[in-house]
This record gives sequence, structure tokens and C-alpha cells, in this order.
Amino acid sequence: MAGNHALAEGAIQAGCDAYFGYPITPQNEIPEYMAARMPEEGRVFVQSESELAAISMVMGAAVTGKRAMTTSSSPGISLMQEGISYLCGCELPAVIANVVRGGPGLGNIAAAQSDYFQAVKGGGHGDYHLFVLAPASVQEMFDFAFWAFDLAFKYRNPVMILTDGLIGQMMEPLTIREPSWPRATPVSFDARDWALTGAAGRPPRSFKSLFLGDGVLEAHNAKLQAKYARAAATEVRYETVATEDAQLLLVAYGIMARVCRETVDRLRARGIKAGLLRPLTLWPFPTAWLAAHAAQFAHILVVELSCGQMVEDVQLAVQARTPVSFYGRAGGGIVTCQELTAVAIERLGIKETS
Amino acid sequence: MKYQPPHALQPVSTHYCAGCGHGVAHRLICEVIDELGIRERVLAVAPVGCAVLAYDYWNFDVTEAAHGRAPAVATGMKRCNPDKLVFTYQGDGDLAAIGAGEIVNAANRGELISVFFINNANYGMTGGQMAPTTLLGQKTTTSPAGRVARREGWPMKVVEMLTQLDGVAFAARCALHTPKHIRDAKRAIHTAFVTQMQEAGFAIVELLAACPVGWGVTPIQAIELVEQQMIPVYPLGVFKQASSPVSLPS
Amino acid sequence: MPQVVIDRSRCKGCELCFKVCPKKLLRRSSQLSARGIYPCEASDPTACIGCLQCVLVCPDVAITVEDDTDDEQPTRK
Ligand SMILES: Cc1ncc(C[n+]2csc(CCOP(=O)(O)OP(=O)(O)O)c2C)c(N)n1
Ligand code: SF4
Ligand code: SF4
Ligand code: SF4
Repeated sequence: MAGNHALAEGAIQAGCDAYFGYPITPQNEIPEYMAARMPEEGRVFVQSESELAAISMVMGAAVTGKRAMTTSSSPGISLMQEGISYLCGCELPAVIANVVRGGPGLGNIAAAQSDYFQAVKGGGHGDYHLFVLAPASVQEMFDFAFWAFDLAFKYRNPVMILTDGLIGQMMEPLTIREPSWPRATPVSFDARDWALTGAAGRPPRSFKSLFLGDGVLEAHNAKLQAKYARAAATEVRYETVATEDAQLLLVAYGIMARVCRETVDRLRARGIKAGLLRPLTLWPFPTAWLAAHAAQFAHILVVELSCGQMVEDVQLAVQARTPVSFYGRAGGGIVTCQELTAVAIERLGIKETS
Repeated sequence: MKYQPPHALQPVSTHYCAGCGHGVAHRLICEVIDELGIRERVLAVAPVGCAVLAYDYWNFDVTEAAHGRAPAVATGMKRCNPDKLVFTYQGDGDLAAIGAGEIVNAANRGELISVFFINNANYGMTGGQMAPTTLLGQKTTTSPAGRVARREGWPMKVVEMLTQLDGVAFAARCALHTPKHIRDAKRAIHTAFVTQMQEAGFAIVELLAACPVGWGVTPIQAIELVEQQMIPVYPLGVFKQASSPVSLPS
Repeated sequence: MPQVVIDRSRCKGCELCFKVCPKKLLRRSSQLSARGIYPCEASDPTACIGCLQCVLVCPDVAITVEDDTDDEQPTRK
């Protein structure tokens, strides 16, 4: 199955009640799949008139306690920033997937990781965070849909699945099953005690992000920050490969983590002790792991399909305990193992004899 | 008791200026909700505009929406909850300017929602700037010399526009300045809800409303302006009802 | 008998009701309300005919009309 289809089917299996979206390459497979599958399941599919509308429709479904989802690619995600900020302000659950393409502007439709800042640093207005999950395989596209709805409902906050056109289009075998990891617990999808269900036998409820009273918005922000701190303490997920004895640590997510994994093997075959840190959550970021382990490495190399975005979070975590450098390409080119192996050797300052 | 305020309206004072049309519109909607006995099934979407705090005044479930996006939020609500009665309440900046895309497409999809559109010919909340509905010659803070068609375009006739769309089952324009007009407006609001209950299609009621503070006049002068200046540009009537042809009121 | 009742605290003094009362019962009070405005008052609440014109135009739901005859006998129509 292709990654985009796996994500769509994963969302359906995870109980997605409603999907809203607007076409954009390279993720059209998702709305197309949803248009056929959601009605089969008796669920809601609407092709919206824009991404502004799609994210607002998600909000409309979310206020009534439904599991709602939208997907898009970079330019469309830019339009969704308005609604994402409102979802965060109103504390509403939602799942948003960004199948990232090259930018800025209309860019191109090649795989890219250049929306990292937008995803993890805010993107819209106000002090907020999204959970940002980075799948690296077709199976993870499927599995992470479950995880995303878990987190969205556990924290009542939007969750972004940040992937790219390569993973979206890639064909790999897929096991349809309810994944056990990574998941967030405990989570309840029963929204009756908070959602808008009609004010029958209870006082009316409202969702709002406008707080005009003296100090009220400050208190609201403090509450949000406390939630983010709780999430950051419990929900960080990452994978490490051969880091125990490594001199060189590669840090990469998504598609680049796959390339780096292979590079680790190639480097080790040459006697260079390399390891990999692959964040599964880009927010919250595995800052604590990096801070604790940074000193053991001679060099940390961050690899992205961008001009260098996640590298800033790595630098923040490492706090100059170890030299951190960046390698990446943006605008369509893929970093290959061969290329990366050479870069790693050069960054370590090793003069190869043969 | 001959008249008691509707149960669907919270017994609180609003933040609206004296003589503001929003108060009448709120009350009428709530009276209709009480009369139809649907308060516990209503889900409403408040706009960004002077009516942003409507959720503090209505005694039913309400959500905020980003500026102009109420019809999209309502779409998500109604599609997921077809047993509920969903309405949006929007000003003319919200609906006709920043939310033009959302209202046209929700109407065109024939979303089973009711839309109450408050046309007060300016942006009240932000201090009386020009709206798409501002009258020609009308002075606002961003059309200080008066609106000129060549420069700022013409007053936008939303109901006439939406009437053209096949998804629209009910479209009417009413005014809120005299007892007779207010009674007509209430009937139209009633029909807008019934249209939704009958799943006939999208329903919109445009309500010409006074904004004395935005217009810089007294409440009495403001209702005179509704009669003398707004109605000639924005004719009242039922423009569309189910499949019946456009007919003006008797 | 219908009787008009003005909620002084909710009235914002827009005066829209003054014009529509066929009995011309509604006028500006001489006493400031807590809002710092002169709210509406009825010159003779018992002269009210219960037509509800004032209720219809009041943007602030400051007017209610009571009618004690309702419970006792069918009103003459
Ligand atoms: C995206 C965005 N742009 C601008 C604003 C500022 N704003 C708030 S209300 C408003 C216009 C309100 O006018 P209208 O919809 O006519 O409602 P009224 O206040 O007249 O009832 C504007 C421009 C905003 N809140 N959000
Ligand atoms: S500015 Fe205009 S629309 Fe807003 S509350 Fe005042 S009178 Fe009403
Ligand atoms: S109910 Fe009629 S008569 Fe009585 S005060 Fe109001 S407008 Fe006047
Ligand atoms: S219409 Fe209502 S708010 Fe205005 S003066 Fe009369 S009672 Fe007061």
C-alpha cells in the first residue's frame, strides 16, 4: 500500500468520524481514498472550498466531540494556520497531516522537510504547540494515525503528522492491525462531558479563545503552558540506533532517518562508530536525551531535507557540549547514503587512506 | 404574563451600544427557538464582530469561529450531527468580506444550516470601517469622503447573490427598525429554522440593522436611516422559498 | 389589566420605545440609573394596553408586560 493510503486507512481504523480536505499534490491520494471509504463506513467526507474552510470544518466537528481530520501539503497548511491557532486556543482535538513539499511559495511537489519550523514552533499566532509526529514508513503512516487521535483526545489539542511526498507515495507492505506502540494512555474518546451536544439537562456550553477580562487570557495561557509541560514530560518518543559506543551521532526524522540508518551501517562497515537518533515526536522534542548523551559523541550531524531547521533544536539541547553540524538539501534533491557517508567522514576530520 | 423574555436568552445585559440592532436580532432568534421547542437541539456559531460574545447571551451551546469561517464550522457541526439544528450569526464584514468564500460554498452545497446575517453597513467592532455593504456616499473611517463605486465598489447584495444558487432553499431580507418589520423578521427567522428541520436546503435571513455608534448618529436617527437609506438599496422580501419562484412579500 | 414594567438596570436609554407606544406612556426618567443614563419609565403603567410594540423594538429586553387578567378570566378579544 502507498503511504498516503495507509495514513487514510489508519485514520479510519482509528475511528476518524469526519474528514475535510482540499486537493493538493502530493497528498491527493488521501482525500480521494477518504471520498470513497468514509461514506462506506457511514462517516463524513466533505471536499472543502479551501484549506481555511477545511480546518474550520474540522473545528466544527471537533467542538461536538468528533474525531476529525484534515490533510494537505505545505501551501495548504499555511492557510490552515488560522484554524490551528483557534483549535489550540479553544483546546480542541484534531488530526492534521502535512505531506510536505518544497517551498517557499508554490515551490515544487518534491519531498521536503522544510515545514519543520512551521510545525513545531507555532506557525499561527499565539503561544501554542502542536504535537508533531514524524512517521518514516508506510506502516508508521498507518500506526501513527491511532497515536495522533490518542494524543489529540488525551490533551484536547491538535496533532500534526509531518511527512513528505516520498513516504506518501512509497509502496511498502502494510499490516492492518491496532498498533500497541507508540500510543498515548490513558485516553477517552467519550466527549459527552465537554463537547457541544445540545444544552439538554445541563447548562449551555461554549468554546472560545477570546478572553477579555483582566488577567483571564494570562491565566488561560498559563493553563495551556502547564498542559504543554505535562505533555513534554510524558509524550516524547524517539528511536536510537547504535548510539552506545558511537563517536558520531546522526540526527534525522522521517525519510531522512531511513537514509541515515543505512549510513550508520555503511560507516560502521568502514570502522567508523556511528549512531542515529530519530525523533518520532518533533514536538515534544527529545531534548532531554540529547542533553544527557551529547557529551559522549565527538560530533553530531543533523540531516534534513531543508536548509537547516531541526538542527536549531539539536543545538539548543546540546548547549555546545559537542560540535553540531548540518547537512541537507532543499528543493527536490534527496541526500543519498553515499553522499552522507562522505560528509560524515569529512565532518569527523578522518583522513581515509584507501 | 403577557410578555416574558425567551428562555433561550440568558437574563443578562449585553455589551451592545444603546439602540444596536444585534439586541433585537438575538431576542427574535431566541423567541423562535423557544416557540419551536428546539433549544436543547441547537448548536450555534458566533462570529468575529460585535456579536462575538453571543455565547454569553444565549442559553444553548455555542462555539466561536475564526472571522468569516462560521459557515465552514457550521458545516462540520451539522454534517457530524444531522439531528441538531445549527445556525450561524454573522456580521457583514464577517460574512460578506472575509468569509465570502465560506458563505457562498456552504450555500452552494446546500448545507442544512440557517444563517442570520446582520447587515449594518459597516464594521462595528473595529470602529466603523467600510464593509462590502456600506452604502454609496456613506462616510466610514476608511471611506472618509464617502464610498465611491469606482474606487470601493458597490454595496454587496448578498441575498440576491445567494438566491442564484441551487443549494439555497430559503433567502429573505428583513429589517429590524419598526414593530412591523420586526414581526416580519421573526417570521423569516422561523421559516429559516423550519427549512432546516424539513431538510429543504440552506437558509439565510439578512437583517438590516442599526449601528448608531458606527454611524455616529442617535438610535432614533439610526432607525430612520435604515428606512430612508438602506431599504432603497436593499429591498426587503422573501427572495426564495423552497422551489417556489422569487416573490416579494404581500 | 396589562401593565408595562421597565427594568431600569437593563435599559440603555435608546428611546426607541418612546416613539412606538400608541398611548405615549414611555418617557425618559429624571433619575440616573446605575449605568449613568436616564432610563425609560412609564408615566402611567396601568394605562398600558399591552400591545407589545415597545417590547418588539427594545434591543435590550428591558421591557416586560404583565397581565394579571390572564389567569382569572379569558381576556376580552
Ligand atoms: C482575521 C481577522 N481579521 C480582522 C479582524 C478584526 N475584526 C474583528 S471584527 C471585524 C469586523 C466586524 O464587522 P462585522 O462583521 O460587520 O460585524 P459588526 O461588528 O458590525 O457586528 C474585524 C475586521 C479579526 N478579528 N480577524
Ligand atoms: S458598534 Fe454598532 S454593531 Fe457594534 S454594538 Fe455598537 S451599535 Fe451595535
Ligand atoms: S405595551 Fe403598548 S401600550 Fe403598553 S407601554 Fe408598551 S407600547 Fe405602550
Ligand atoms: S427601547 Fe428598551 S433600552 Fe431603549 S429606552 Fe426603551 S426600554 Fe430602554
